[in-house]
Amino acid sequence: MNLVYAFAIAAQMGCGIYLLLSRHVVRVVLGILLLSAATNLLIFVSGGLINTAPPVISAGSETLGDQAANPLPQALILTAIVIGFALVAFAAALVLKTYRALGSVFTDHHNAAEAMGSPFVEESSNG
Amino acid sequence: MAEFFAQTALLWPLGIPIAAAALCAALWSSPRAQRTASMAGLVLTLVASLLLLSQVLSDGIQVKQFGAWAAPFGISFMADPFGAAMVVISSLLALAAGVFGFADLRQRQVRSGFHPLFQGLTVGVNGAFLTGDIFNLYVWFEVMLITTLGLITLDRTRAQLDGAMKYAVLNLFSTILFLMAIGLLYGVTGTLNMADLARVLPQTEASSALGVAAMMFLLAFGIKAGFFPLFFWLPASYHTASIVVSAVFAGLLTKVGVYACFRVFTLLFEVEDGGIRTIVALVAAGTMLFGVLGAAVQWDVRRILSFHIISQIGYILLGLAIATPLALAGAIFYIIHHIIVKANLFFIAGAIHRATGTYDLRKAGGLMRSSPLLALLFLIPALSLAGIPPMSGFWAKFMVIDASFRGDAAWLAAVALFVGLLTVFSMSKIWIEAFWKEPPRAVERVRKVPLAMTAPIAVLCAVTVAIGFNPEPLIAFAGQAAETMGDRALFIAAVLQERHIAGATQ
Amino acid sequence: MSLIFSAMARIFFALMLAVSLFLLFRGHNEPGGGFVGGLVAASAFTMLALAENVSVARRALHLHPVVLMGAGLLLAFFSGLPGVLSDRSFLAHWWFEVGSLHLGTATLFDIGVYCVVVGGVLCLIFRLYEDPAQ
Repeated sequence: MNLVYAFAIAAQMGCGIYLLLSRHVVRVVLGILLLSAATNLLIFVSGGLINTAPPVISAGSETLGDQAANPLPQALILTAIVIGFALVAFAAALVLKTYRALGSVFTDHHNAAEAMGSPFVEESSNG
Repeated sequence: MAEFFAQTALLWPLGIPIAAAALCAALWSSPRAQRTASMAGLVLTLVASLLLLSQVLSDGIQVKQFGAWAAPFGISFMADPFGAAMVVISSLLALAAGVFGFADLRQRQVRSGFHPLFQGLTVGVNGAFLTGDIFNLYVWFEVMLITTLGLITLDRTRAQLDGAMKYAVLNLFSTILFLMAIGLLYGVTGTLNMADLARVLPQTEASSALGVAAMMFLLAFGIKAGFFPLFFWLPASYHTASIVVSAVFAGLLTKVGVYACFRVFTLLFEVEDGGIRTIVALVAAGTMLFGVLGAAVQWDVRRILSFHIISQIGYILLGLAIATPLALAGAIFYIIHHIIVKANLFFIAGAIHRATGTYDLRKAGGLMRSSPLLALLFLIPALSLAGIPPMSGFWAKFMVIDASFRGDAAWLAAVALFVGLLTVFSMSKIWIEAFWKEPPRAVERVRKVPLAMTAPIAVLCAVTVAIGFNPEPLIAFAGQAAETMGDRALFIAAVLQERHIAGATQ
Repeated sequence: MSLIFSAMARIFFALMLAVSLFLLFRGHNEPGGGFVGGLVAASAFTMLALAENVSVARRALHLHPVVLMGAGLLLAFFSGLPGVLSDRSFLAHWWFEVGSLHLGTATLFDIGVYCVVVGGVLCLIFRLYEDPAQ
């Protein structure tokens, strides 16, 4: 089972990296999305995949049952999902704004920061 | 009352900026009230961090379990001398930036949320310095990242959006790597508490997962801190932000990456493990050299300074590459000195811009005559950055270079000295172009630099000079901090309180 | 937008807000909580913005999203303070029995999270949906 997960995560990460290397900024954001999802899976697998019962302490008992899954990776993933959600939403907004301001979604055309204060062009640096 | 503050000293450097950020956001419609809340928050944070430092110095490592959940199950916060000193320096810098902002911030920038974001950044930075839990460190990194992105794009100009895009993608990638490393580490050890990890990891047999995790930590923090060859996002984005923001970034953000690197490679991993030392040494040399070479070609003050951030990071990393207590002490001294000096140089760049209307050195000039005070104030951090005695930079460079000679790494010392020479070149370039030479075009009217700008610059200069002329206390402190930082047993005892919980490992 | 959508949006808006509050308080002991509730509430406002326009949704919210975020964060922060007084530990919660309800400062924290999520999500979404020309 672990091996299947390992290959699935590897495949997903490969797709994420491939998209990340694209010139198209929307693809880049999608790549980040895939990568962070794959990372969440990685944490999930590293928490162990043996147990199946939900990690809920039943009424009257003080500890988790034998078959309970490890709750910590779930908490970590939940946190990571929330953070990833916020950052990807922000990145999407940033992409939209960049597109509106620079008129292109291709990173080849994104050179406004580079042109600012460029050592080779004297006139473009007004700060 | 005093006892209450002594017991909760760790909470306030974190709690006050959170409250201030919330208050600034809630006062969205009134910029004036936001400014008051923000300044109050900054002053109180500085006071609280000083209290924390004195508490750490008198009582040793401070630990707080949030929500009263016992370590290693809950989230621990801890402050050792190194962390506490970083909090003090960053709070001081944040306050200086707040004062500088009086003169520099435009109404529009405040309206797009400077104050809540700036307080949020302080929260993230202080949280990263004080956390004792590796996953929590990741959370603070993300808090920093999102507020940073907001701060870069404050004016929403084309250059800022472009810079922010590069910053966002590279840094998101770095935090993803960080998270992966945490996942692997958790898979091997079954714990996330740093002190508990320090207890468990030496007993864990080396495995490929651990090796990969260590490399990923190095890579993730390397992107954050701007190590060679991962630094390219830094000079592509820092110069686009407004100058107050740039100064804070220059002073703090990369240093948080370095701090995390030091924590992980002293408390969790050893640099002796698996050839990490060689990699770190090569990276340190490359960072120093390529940073300073990148600066040599630039004409924009902010870009010159951005590249110098990178080269100085190399010196700090040198301390980790040697990893003797002496070298670590040198690195700690270096970080403290560097945060002040670098942010100050950015503030001065802002003052140059105010006085001459440009950041481009080819167009600036004549400041020596028009504002001699600024010229004097520039000389102090510039000489300090280059490592000319008796400024603070001399002692910092002396300590790391001395440690590399003693640590049989003379080639690193040679690189460091050579880079120091090139730093003098860059600084004298700024000096000659902006201050010495006649202005290239006839100046219509010289603009005055307001007091709100010169005051924080002067205060930071005073700190630099004070460290320079009286380095003994700080050297002693750095030595003590390095000793604590390298002593795992101290952290384990403080955080876990001798409670060795069986079954924390899987 | 279609007539059906804009007519139904009003009804669903009220329904979703009610569900979000239900989720918020259910989260006390069962799955749910401030984050999920906040997301549902934010999607209610988002639907309003889609059906009518952003300014209608902004008016329905009454507060600026950032103010809501700040207020929520402040509430969450203050919910942690009682623990500092009693246990010297931030976010150590106090609990009370009010009738049959088991309430505590953790409830305040959850309400704070709810506000932060609504504010944060809407802050982004309103920006995205607003016409750049305006």
